[in-house]
This record gives sequence, structure tokens and C-alpha cells, in this order.
Amino acid sequence: MTAQATRGTAGAPRQMEGAAEVAGAAINALVPQMIDICGRRDVLTDPAELATYECDGLTSHRCSPGLVVLPTTAEQVAAIVAVCARAKIPFVARGSGTGLSGGALPRADGVLIVTSKMRRVIAIDQESRRAIVEPGVTNLAVSKAVEPFGLFYAPDPSSQVVCSIGGNVAENSGGAHCLKNGFTVHHVTGLEVVTPDGELVWLGDGTGAAPGYDLLGAFIGSEGTLGIATKIIVKLTRIPEAVTTLLAAFRTMGPGGAAVSAIISSGILPAAIEMMDALAIEAAEAAVACRYPEGAGAVLIVELDGPADDVRRETEAVRAICEKEGAYEIRAAHDAAERTAIWTGRKSAFAAVGRISPAYIVQDGVVPRTALPEVLDRIAELSAASGVRVANVFHAGDGNLHPLVLFDDAVPGAEEAAEEVSGAILDLCISHGGSITGEHGVGADKSKYMPKMFGPGDLDTMQLLRCAFDPAGLCNPGKIFPTPRLCGEVPGVRREPHPLVAAGKVDQF
Amino acid sequence: MAGRIPEALADACADVSEAGPGDAVAGVAPRFVARPAGVTEAAAVLAAASSLGMTAVPRGSGSRLAWGVPPTGCDLVIDTLRMNKVLEHAAGDLVVRVQAGVGLDQLANVLAEAGQRLALDPPAAAPRPGPAHGTTRPGPAHGTTRPGPAHGTNRPGPPHGTGAGTIGGVLATGAAGPLRLRYGTPRDLAIGITVVRADGTVASAGGKVVKNVAGYDLGKLFAGSYGTLGLIVEAAFRLHPQPAATSFVTLDAAGPDEARAAVAAAAGSPLAPSAVELDRPARGQPFRVGVLLEGDAEGVAERTARMIELLGSGAAPPCPPAQPDPPASPFPPGWWRGGAAAAADGTLIRVAFWAAELARVLGAVDAAAAAAGIDPAVGGSAAAGVLYAAVDEGVPASAVARFVTDLRAEVGGGGGSLPGTPPQPGSAVVLHAPAEVRAAVDLWGPVPGLGLMRAIKDQFDPQHMMAPGRFAGGI
Repeated sequence: MTAQATRGTAGAPRQMEGAAEVAGAAINALVPQMIDICGRRDVLTDPAELATYECDGLTSHRCSPGLVVLPTTAEQVAAIVAVCARAKIPFVARGSGTGLSGGALPRADGVLIVTSKMRRVIAIDQESRRAIVEPGVTNLAVSKAVEPFGLFYAPDPSSQVVCSIGGNVAENSGGAHCLKNGFTVHHVTGLEVVTPDGELVWLGDGTGAAPGYDLLGAFIGSEGTLGIATKIIVKLTRIPEAVTTLLAAFRTMGPGGAAVSAIISSGILPAAIEMMDALAIEAAEAAVACRYPEGAGAVLIVELDGPADDVRRETEAVRAICEKEGAYEIRAAHDAAERTAIWTGRKSAFAAVGRISPAYIVQDGVVPRTALPEVLDRIAELSAASGVRVANVFHAGDGNLHPLVLFDDAVPGAEEAAEEVSGAILDLCISHGGSITGEHGVGADKSKYMPKMFGPGDLDTMQLLRCAFDPAGLCNPGKIFPTPRLCGEVPGVRREPHPLVAAGKVDQF
Repeated sequence: MAGRIPEALADACADVSEAGPGDAVAGVAPRFVARPAGVTEAAAVLAAASSLGMTAVPRGSGSRLAWGVPPTGCDLVIDTLRMNKVLEHAAGDLVVRVQAGVGLDQLANVLAEAGQRLALDPPAAAPRPGPAHGTTRPGPAHGTTRPGPAHGTNRPGPPHGTGAGTIGGVLATGAAGPLRLRYGTPRDLAIGITVVRADGTVASAGGKVVKNVAGYDLGKLFAGSYGTLGLIVEAAFRLHPQPAATSFVTLDAAGPDEARAAVAAAAGSPLAPSAVELDRPARGQPFRVGVLLEGDAEGVAERTARMIELLGSGAAPPCPPAQPDPPASPFPPGWWRGGAAAAADGTLIRVAFWAAELARVLGAVDAAAAAAGIDPAVGGSAAAGVLYAAVDEGVPASAVARFVTDLRAEVGGGGGSLPGTPPQPGSAVVLHAPAEVRAAVDLWGPVPGLGLMRAIKDQFDPQHMMAPGRFAGGI
């Protein structure tokens, strides 16, 4: 099956043979300690078993980990990290392995700490609208657990059936509905984390107003480079009284884009606004027969939620806007089954592209919403000039593009041509004041683009934070930043115990 | 006079003057005030200060300058008020980019023209006339109007202690008001930030698109950092449409349990309240509960009717059938944003807790107050788990200290009632206090993660030149 995101380049990480042997010996020396901590069954050393963890959702970057451990408690994670820190062995945390930027790409010379056995929903506080969960709990499992209380967990990445909350914290995951509800960082109010030297510390206290620096906000979205979350306090949201999903079909993209702008400027804030172009629709039809209106050059999916009367009026307003902008067919879903019918095409879009192309790259970039029409035109030009087909699926409400760059990996040079178009799309995003990633993260995949978006002073300053948490650079090294900063000794006037030792003193209760 | 200004500083910035008595920061008198006009000048000022070995404290309009511990050093005040430009208002993108010295009120006016707002409504401190407090040295402190142009220019001084503050100040203090329930605090709405580090390095993070996960989010780190990590010079924010209609449903609750029931019913309803506030000026009075509903006129009218029914009927037992029809008004009650949280003098304490603990926390406030023999005003964003207690200026420091200590033991100690909660599931932080109170009690109290915070400070400001000593743990 080649229908996968193949986003590799010639420069993708490959382990070096000789170095691997030396590293292998150092790692093997840790095995008895790891077995003491986790038990024999949860320490994997067999090469065949290790190979199953060689990549996350981005399959073009692969590397078999030196060792895999599967802890079940926070204390075990702390002990594992402490062992790594003492031995100066790098470690990488992994949840469900659905990330799309190689953020959980293992290291041959390192330990992979898999949180999939930490799956307890520890507590639910209905009135405070909080739940306390372990990092391996899946995103959807949180919402299922709190549904009886009339609550849900708002961030809903497309992979929510399998992706873990710990991974969501690392990536600051969003989802289709983050237009209205925000991202993981807006819905997590406390984290118990293992710091890179193996201490258990709480960041945030569940209230959303903890004193001191906002370490919680800084940690979320740090892609596993500042520590490993072992307990997560999530904020829960009242299930809306009503939800309506509209599907509007347009002959071309232009009017669809105009409708998006008109909806936003009318003062309505939908839960989600999604858009697909003709090629993406064709792929979805081929894969799941979603039966979108015939002849659509663009479909717009608008979801409205909230108090029932508000939703009813907003639905009418959105319908009127779409008609005015030239929608030739509008469907409305009022129950779960009808909603699913509309969302099926959209949610299957990535995988569906496999039906119309042997291979493809999933890109993730952001532009200001008002720049969408121009950027889409430029993408079409890029595609026409290079002969590389691009299917567009995107979160139109927040300008988050997911162009699917199609190629045939059997044709020599096709992948390189696709890579070039994919990279040019990121350049477009940057030149329009946007971002190189809206939700997939930088990881191992996009660190080379960071200097295009940020200056040396920006990257240096970001890495000061890294140095404060992880001066030894052992925690998921090689991700986000193209050039690691040497932390060195702080030329400070103060000479105190190691800061993290002090942290331990403060935080051990 | 200008001859006393170090050359490096004068070269760095076109507007540097000697400090006057009105420039004191929480009672600590600076030597100079620099007013950079933009990023470049701000970077030059900090580079110069660094080379001169000068400690520096950022200042906006001064409305919250008295928050925190007085700095252990304050050679230079960096005044941001000349950095007062709205750099870019992309109305179609619901995004604005501003310089740090832009006033919240000034920004609100600009945004209102496009029917938009920055959904932050921190209480505007309303100073009372009277003798200055909180000073250990001569000269007026916060809460007083600055006397004339003391710094050799003919510009009027900043309106210390008044107004909603500047963007930079609101970010640096993390100040938020009733809208925090729905929209969060400054850290939730900031999408990009530009700062100048103590050594003059300029750094940006985030950007001007709402959805963006590239790089570390330094905006979160700087929000609520009290100027201790560097100077905030620019920021970009996500905006929201200005609601067409607003409605305030209010009722009185006899005691903590009734207040909790009303707050929980409103916040747990599907009626999407933008704020649920509580206020009680003095013990023995009922708790006033206020619910803000926003939206289009029709929707607000319908939801108001439903909220009145919900709160009045006792539909959510044990909600008090105190009032069959709680009154509603399109205008906020007098205490909205004007209760305890707005106290400009005396001691102001922010209490954070899990919302379900509201009744217990209100009981703890009363018990601690009774034991200390004081009667603080209490109020705040009850549904969001944030309350303020304001103690009058004349109350003896020992009594205030006892109150704070007892309150901390109750809200911060003993762990939560649920398994897995942090050992310290709440806090009571003194935001500002007279000098005698500051001497009697640690303003910050225990702060989990302090070791990591120290490590961050050491990385960003190794010589501890930025607002030294203002933050938790002496940072």
C-alpha cells in the first residue's frame, strides 16, 4: 500500500552504522534497570518489536529505537527518565504514534517511552468542568467518559479515535472545531510532568490561574522537548444544545471563498468552516461515495452550534449568504446521521486521495483567512507550471491549508517535483504572513523551514526555554530547531543548587 | 540636567529624562526614565542599560505598577507610552497587531469601528483620593495622580493608577475580568509577541494567524511574567465580533451554598453565558450573582428569559427560589468590574480554585476573615474559579497577614477532593498591598514549579536586571 504520506527527502535522518553499535552497547547497559522499573514484559529489546515503533504517522522518517519501554505509572516514567539522564541517553516520548511531523521519531541511540499503557481516566469533576486523565487516554475516550455529564472535550483532531491526550499536549492539537473553541492549550489547566532530569512536577494547578510563570502554556505544543506529561487536567465544555451542519456546493472555489469571508464578517462564529476543491471531492467520491452535489467545484461545510434558537437563526443567515454568493445546492443536517453523511467526505479526504494517486504529501500551512483566495490561485499556478496535481482540503475559517500534493512514486523524479511544490506552498504561507504549520507540528520534518519563519534571535530565545528545562539536551533532541543551542553555564551572578534540584525540593510533597 | 544622563542611554533613545518622584515603582525611586518609540529604540535602551549595569522596570500606564513585590533594583523605568501605535488591524482576519503602549481603551475604540473587540475586560482600578500608601520612600505611589511634568519635558505624566491599562501591562500582569469565563485571559487571546531581552536581543514568537504551532509559544511565558523576563514591545491578538446585544441577569444569594448553586446552574446551562460573576461588599450582605449573556438581540432576549427561569425557579436544586424573577438589564450592575477586583488601594488578593469548591472557598474566606477580625469585600469570576478579596488600607498588617495565611492553608493545602489532583490545587496571591502588609506576608505564597521558573529567569536574564525581585520566589 503506497497510499501514504511520503514526505521524505534525501536529508531525512538515517542512523550511522558505526555510531549505532556504540550507542547500542550504552543502551543495552540500561536494560536491567528498565526491567527493574517496568517489569520484563514492558521492556522491548527484540529488533522485530522495536521496528514496529520506527515511525509515527509520518512514515517517510524512520528509525528503529534503541529500546522501548511501556510504563504504566508516572513514577515509572520518572524513574526511566532519571536513568536516561544519569546515563546521558536521549529519550523520546510517544503516545499513539499518529503525529504527522515525525515528532515522535525515535533515536537509534535512545529510549522510546511509550505512554499507551497509561490509559486511566482518573477523575471527573462535573461542576468544575474538569477531568484528570493519563497521557495514553485517547482524545475521543475523554469525551465519551464525560458525555453522561453533558460535557465534552473540545479539541477534536481528525485522528481523535486513536490519538492520545499526551500527544495532543505535545502538539497543541486543534481539529476542525478549533475555529470557535480553540486549541489544546485553551483546554488543559494542569499537567503533571516528568522533567528531563526525572523529577515529577506540576505545571498549572487545574484552576487556569496558577501563580508564577505560565509553564503550562509554554509546555503545551513544545513537541515533547521539555518533558513528558504523566497526568493531564482537561477543561470540559458543555455539550451544545443544538448543532447544525450545512453543506453548500459551488461551481468554483472563488464564490466559496467569498462566502467564508461574508459569514465571518457577518459576526457569526461557526464551530467549523471546511472547504474542499474539485480534486479532493473527486477523491472522496471515489473512496467513500459521499454523494456530494454533482458538478461541485468546491464544497463548503459550515457547522453551527450553541443555544437552539441562536443556531436556527444563524443557520438561516449562513444559508442566505451561501445562496447570495452562488451556491447551487445547500443541504442541512440536523441529526447525527445526517451530520456524519456530510462529514464523511471531508474526514476521509486524506486517505481518499490514495484512490486517485499512488502517493502524496500532506502539507499543513496557514495563511491569514483573507489571503486564502490569492494563495489558492498561486497554488493552482504552481500546480499548472510543474504538472504536479494538488488537491485542496482546508480549515477555511482559520486559513489552515492542507494541500495534498500528488505524485507517482514509480516515476523517477516525481517525488522530488512534489517536494518542491510542497515546499513552495510553505513559502507562500510565510510570504503571506502565515505559518509553516497550523496543527501538525514542526517535529523532525519541518525544522529546516524554521529559519524561514523565524530569525536567529527568535530561535535563540525560544531555545533558552529549552535550556531551562533540558540543559543536557536529552529530551526528544533534534526536533523543532534546525540547530541546537548549547546551553552551557549560565553566566549569572547567582550560584544556587541546580535549578531542577531546587524544583524537586519545591515540588516533592 | 541632561548631563547626568549616561551617554550610552541618551544615544540609545531620543526621550530619556531623569526620574521624578512620580516615577517610583511600588515605592522604589528610579534614576531615569526612557521612553522608546518602537522596537529598535527599545532594543537599544536595553542594550545600553545592560552595558551600564542598570536594572530596568517596564511601565505602561502604571495602572498595575504596584502589583507584585517592589523591585530590588530600579535604575531605569522603561515607559512604553510612546509605543502607542495600532500597527495592523486585519478586520477580515479578526486579528490586530499593536505596540505595547497602546491603551486598552484606545484599542477598543479602533476595533469598535469595525464592530470588533479584544475580549479582555480587566477591572479598571479606580483610585480613591487620599494619602499615598505602599511607599517606603517619599513620593506618591500608585493610586495617585502624578504631579505635573517632573521629567523635564512638557508631556503630562501617565495617569498612574487609572484606566484599564496598556496592552503590554495587561499581558505582563495577566489581568482579566468577567469575560475570562468564555474568552480566557490575555495569554489565551495573544497569538504573537515581540519582546526585547535584558541584553537587547529582539525576539518574536507566534505570528499573526490564530492557528499556528511553529516553535515555542513565548507569548504564554511572557504573559503574567511581571516584566521579569524582558520588555514586551509588540503583540498580536485574536479578536471577536462585538456582540449586538448584551443582557445582565442578576440575583441575590443568601449564603455560600446558594451562591454556589446559582453560579453552577448558570455556568452549567446550555445558554452560553459570557460571564458569571459574584460580588459581596461586606459580610452580612447577600452575594450578588450576575450573568452576562451576549449575542444578537433576539437570541439574547430568548436566553435572558430562559436564564431568569432557570435561576428563579429553583430548577437546578438546591438553587434558591430567592427571587421568582431575577431582574435583567442591558446594562451592567454597578458592581460589575467595580467590586473587590477593582480595589486600587489596600490589599488585593486573588484566589484561584476549582469552581466546584466555590462554597467551601467562600466559607474559608469568611472563616479566615472572622479569625483575623477583618471584613474584606469579596467578588470575581466565580464560575471560572477566580475570586478577589479586598482589604481596606487602614486594617492592621498583622490581621491581613493572618487572613492571607489562613486562606492559603484552606485553598492551597491538603490536596484536592478528587484522586489525581495536584497537591496544591488552588492559590491565594496578594496582587498589591501597603508596605506594612508586604513586610508581614509573602505576597506570592507557595508556587509549584518555582525551580523551573528560576531556571527560566536565569536563562532569559542571567544578570537579573529586569524587574528584579518582583516575582515569586524573589525572581
